[in-house]
Amino acid sequence: MFRRYRVVHYLNQFFAGFGGENHASLEPVSIPGPAGPGRLLQDALGEEAEIVLTVACGDDRYSADPDAAAQELMKLIQPGRPDLFIAGPAFNAGRYGEACGHIGREVGRTLGIPAVSGMADENPGLAYRKDVYIVPTSESARGMNAALGGISRLGLKLVHGEVSRRGEPAEFFSRGLRKNVRTERIGAQRALDVLLAKIQGRPYDTELELPKFDRVPPAPPIKELAKARIAVVTTGGLVPKGNPDGLPSTKASTYARYSLGGLERLDAKAYEAHHGGYSTQEVNQDPNRLVPLDILREREREGRIAGILDQLYTFAGCSTYYESAVEIGREIALDLRNREADAALITSA
Amino acid sequence: MDRAGIPAVVITTLISVARNVGANRIVPGTGVPHVVGDPQLEPDQETALRRELVERALEALATPIEEQSEF
Repeated sequence: MFRRYRVVHYLNQFFAGFGGENHASLEPVSIPGPAGPGRLLQDALGEEAEIVLTVACGDDRYSADPDAAAQELMKLIQPGRPDLFIAGPAFNAGRYGEACGHIGREVGRTLGIPAVSGMADENPGLAYRKDVYIVPTSESARGMNAALGGISRLGLKLVHGEVSRRGEPAEFFSRGLRKNVRTERIGAQRALDVLLAKIQGRPYDTELELPKFDRVPPAPPIKELAKARIAVVTTGGLVPKGNPDGLPSTKASTYARYSLGGLERLDAKAYEAHHGGYSTQEVNQDPNRLVPLDILREREREGRIAGILDQLYTFAGCSTYYESAVEIGREIALDLRNREADAALITSA
Repeated sequence: MDRAGIPAVVITTLISVARNVGANRIVPGTGVPHVVGDPQLEPDQETALRRELVERALEALATPIEEQSEF
């Protein structure tokens, strides 16, 4: 049987058939051909595409160090020479969803092929929607057939190059990308068309969706401040004098980390603010006006808090894209969890 | 942070921005170019002001909340 397109499929330990939570530390493995829901997926893909291999990794193993896991998985994925990468579906499973998004982005960027996953609309893995086509699914694996149908239809369209600007409604979660197209009517006319349609109660479609800001329930409080280690984060762009790492002053896509070890306060001779959105003169006179290390050390000495994490997390929050800010926040939160910080104090210019 | 189970407090002058983007524990700061300071004050007054703001932020971290709150 001749199949034109090669597919590599990613699954977690559970769906790949290794077991549940007690196998969540499974090391990355490669399995020839389809496995678990991959068999149904193969049926849905039909003759045209073949799942040449399945790669799997435990959810805990992946989330403990996503970049390392992705690197190892890439070594297993590349020999499959895929035209299309499919991850999941993850439904509402958070760690699995994040792994599907992360590995999908990595494969898409490295191999330049489309990556498709499937998730429920609350899955935190949706943060990767810009780089991975994510098909909406039900909350649980009861919706497996529908999810695999959506994923296979979209996957085949992608390898055919048939996906239009925003896809069919509900085909995949909007990726938040803008694409230039030629139109007959100028922007003012199109805007009036939309406005009139809205007033008259006719259906209309926006050309630019505004970002939907995330809402997260508050984390539980610190039980005992005297036992808590506090991490210090700033969006005010505080850097060592001369900005040795070249942290950008606007549109940050990453953050920097500097040691606070042995420092009683932030010395104006050693630190300065590098930020495109406010006058940094007063912070440069006294950097503690942005990052209150002097007072935090005092509170530490008095036993009000147990300590301060040895690292300052910093970037310039200025015209930062929402998606970048979410990504920076995610990365900092992961690092804080690894370093066992109990809480974060963020100062924002 | 909250999603990772780490309580976070943000000290900022732009409270409406913090609210819009979903910050849960918010402490109003003293000014955009000096969020935990005030160059108009004498140094020891300024330190006292900063102590008060940091203290309020620590209190916020130790307070159970159900929704976005200012301290």
